[in-house]
Amino acid sequence: MTVVIVGASVAGLRTAQALRMQAYEGDIVLVGEELHPPYDKPPLSKASLLDGLPVPLLDEQSLEALGVHLRLGVRATALDAVAGVVTLSDGDQLSYSDLVIATGVTPRSLPGDSPPAGVHVIRTADDAHALHHAMRRHPRVVVIGAGFIGAEFAWAARKAGCPVTLVEVQPVPMAHLLGPEVGGALASLHEEYGAQLLTGTSVDRLEASADGHVNAVVLADGRRLDAELVVVGIGARPATDWLATSGLPIADGVECDDALRVVGYDHIWAAGDVAAWPHPVYGRLRVEHWTNANEHAGIVAAGIAGKPAPAAQPPYVWSDQYGHRIQIVGLPVRGSLVATFGTVDDHLLAVYADTDGIVVGGVIVDDPRTMMAVRKAIVRRAPADDLVAALRPASAV
Amino acid sequence: MVVEGSVPIAVFRTDAGEVFATADTCTHEKWSLGEDGDLEGDEIVCPLHMARFDLRTGRALCLPAMVALQTYQVEVVEGRIYVVE
Repeated sequence: MTVVIVGASVAGLRTAQALRMQAYEGDIVLVGEELHPPYDKPPLSKASLLDGLPVPLLDEQSLEALGVHLRLGVRATALDAVAGVVTLSDGDQLSYSDLVIATGVTPRSLPGDSPPAGVHVIRTADDAHALHHAMRRHPRVVVIGAGFIGAEFAWAARKAGCPVTLVEVQPVPMAHLLGPEVGGALASLHEEYGAQLLTGTSVDRLEASADGHVNAVVLADGRRLDAELVVVGIGARPATDWLATSGLPIADGVECDDALRVVGYDHIWAAGDVAAWPHPVYGRLRVEHWTNANEHAGIVAAGIAGKPAPAAQPPYVWSDQYGHRIQIVGLPVRGSLVATFGTVDDHLLAVYADTDGIVVGGVIVDDPRTMMAVRKAIVRRAPADDLVAALRPASAV
Repeated sequence: MVVEGSVPIAVFRTDAGEVFATADTCTHEKWSLGEDGDLEGDEIVCPLHMARFDLRTGRALCLPAMVALQTYQVEVVEGRIYVVE
């Protein structure tokens, strides 16, 4: 019995842990393309920018106790799903009794040739390390994309004393997920903390000095922004290139059934950002959230061990920006905004409901207890009116 | 609710009316379960990363928690709750 897990980040390592929690005693091989021992991803756009260091997912002793064969610094390059063999970048071939695909996502880059020096994405510990060092020289920073990654980086850069400009293609950041009202409220933090936010404009090109280092970002409307450090946070796509010849069903991610088994393959599973699956409440979903990676790990491990799977949970994600903790639960995008209370500086609460008035999502700032109440309402499919009346009785009519 | 002491202890009353006491701090990352955690039946869910524990045994029920929560014996006498250490 050998479980091969491709991808040694949150979903991959947590699957190994969950297998051991299920008393699986066979071999586990964990393949990771980076040389670092498995580390946590959320700190890369938070604490790791400030100290340059990754946060290990497990301490050395616990990792040892887990009893996995770590294959670090190698990539999986191909899968023969008929023979049950994974080929690695060093030429090794691994046979498996079960395979777990946990390769995550690859950040989107700007169109065009390879970017000049000084242009970064935030995906790996090395990315965070490089940005930490670059910020010590207080460069003029341009952040392309004002989503969560861009916003968290902007905060870190402001803390490091850098002048910061964010460029966002939408008229209001996050509006496609949260609507313009809430997206605008969250985005107001940038100006409040001294970062400039330019919206409704895209990047035309990057310019570099003679030494090959970026020195400007030119926008589609002709404006030219001086830049010594550029961070690109414009989303990501599933890392499935290595599966191109495998025959596996791949569209936006690897297509899985409700047990996270790849459709048509009894012993191949997918977990985390790379997995598209039919969520029992929300239908087909591919979620790039940290909690989703943890939950998938538990479900996949139960499947491999032949045990009952833990119940699927509503999506949940958090972001730390300018000293505020923003929590999003459920899928606001599946409903419309029905109530807001407070401000981003004072416990903002936004409730989203579907056309039947049932709560489907919420955005909550600095109030985990309220977030849990919204989460409970989502799980119970409660009417938004009841939730609002319970949370903010003084405001209820 | 949370009772401060040498170790902060969280005291829960479930919808079924049962009373439980556990260590207040989530075993995954430092956060108060008694202040902000959410009861689902006999389980407590941490509001930070959705770790889940069995109140009866303290067992960690899902990732990211791996380590069990310390549980304490509880006695209810004439409407007062005593946590037995």
